Amino acid sequence: MAIEVRIPTILRSYTGGAKVVEGAGDTLGDLLADLDSRHAGLKARLVTETGALHRFVNVYVNDEDVRFLGALDAKLNDGDSVTILPAVAGGAFGFAAAAAIAQHSAAAGATRSARGASVAAR
Amino acid sequence: MARYDSLLDACGGTPLVGLPRLSPTVPDGAPPVRLWAKLEDRNPTGSIKDRAALFMVRAAEEAGRLRPGDTILEPTSGNTGISLAMVAKLRGYRLVCVMPENVSTERVQLLRMYGAEIIFSPAAGGSNQAVATAKQIAAEHPDWVMLYQYGNEANARAHYETTGPELLHDLPTITHFVAGLGTTGTLMGTGRYLRDKVEGIQVVAAEPRYGELVYGLRNIDEGYVPELYDATVLTRRFSVGTRDAVLRTRQLVEVEGIFAGFSTGAILHAALAVAHEAVREGRRADVAFVVCDGGWKYLSTGAYGGTLADAEDALEGQLWA
Repeated sequence: MAIEVRIPTILRSYTGGAKVVEGAGDTLGDLLADLDSRHAGLKARLVTETGALHRFVNVYVNDEDVRFLGALDAKLNDGDSVTILPAVAGGAFGFAAAAAIAQHSAAAGATRSARGASVAAR
Repeated sequence: MARYDSLLDACGGTPLVGLPRLSPTVPDGAPPVRLWAKLEDRNPTGSIKDRAALFMVRAAEEAGRLRPGDTILEPTSGNTGISLAMVAKLRGYRLVCVMPENVSTERVQLLRMYGAEIIFSPAAGGSNQAVATAKQIAAEHPDWVMLYQYGNEANARAHYETTGPELLHDLPTITHFVAGLGTTGTLMGTGRYLRDKVEGIQVVAAEPRYGELVYGLRNIDEGYVPELYDATVLTRRFSVGTRDAVLRTRQLVEVEGIFAGFSTGAILHAALAVAHEAVREGRRADVAFVVCDGGWKYLSTGAYGGTLADAEDALEGQLWA
């Protein structure tokens, strides 16, 4: 069973630079295990030690977010297309900048600051 | 209602129009599946962001965070800046927008026309440069007020108190609500309201999937998820690529005469997906989706004409939603 998987630029060091790789599995979890057998280390970048998808990674099966399809238990079929992307809010420019200011203001202890932003590191 | 005391009072109350030509045909005897467009381009500055801008400014006034003559700082290259510029003008504030220098000239002209001041961050360097510029400005002007739409509850509340009730009033038989996922304010506010009132309502998100250039340098260990975002409000979330968004944007104007921006095309793509699914399953569906803004501001991209491949190239590397 072949499933096409699109790899974001930031993770292509695990796939020898390949933009698209093929894998197999009845579920997303199976697929990632299969991919990891040939692209060691890839799975650990996507799945936490407790077995959940990393917060800032989005995975889509045929353009639909797997978090609403059972996450790692999402069912896959032959011919499905899986896309892995970093989480980016719409209006990414504004958000990146706004979040930075909010953090800065919070750090400066400004009383009129916006709420702290979730630019969290692992 | 057709008379208002001021432009700010004319915010919201937008029409909901049926799309008989784009709605899928159902087999004889099967329950109807209908698409409905909420025309948010009919707001005072031409986008859904007027609702959030007005609510955020009012909330800041009530909380004492904004006083007459204050300066609002907004890092934006989008509609929120235009909406805030209008609200700030009418409520007596100064607005400073930080934006990348490679945004379209329409946006710059619109913002200046509404009275906003613009500080450009160098295009080279992308978000990292934008962050650096924004931090520097905030450090130099600690008294400027940032409304921070990504974490401002008044953004979502605007939709809980206005967009949601309007939809339910106009379409009591609503089964699906489809909108874009950016700050997440529209989906969180409208979605929560409809979940409170309509049993089994489906709240569907359409998020733009940009060209590779946009994601290129993005690290997956640190990302941006707006504080307003609560995944439990949604039932599904679609990622829509540039080509599909352009295709649907063109279809909307060609078939139904609605001239919209590309984020609306992405939303329509998701709306059609759930509508066709309902047809396949033989279920009744009234799918309402958001028309975020008109297409005027995006004409200079050239993506309304030519082949889809040309349009895709024209939008490559751009944050089109």
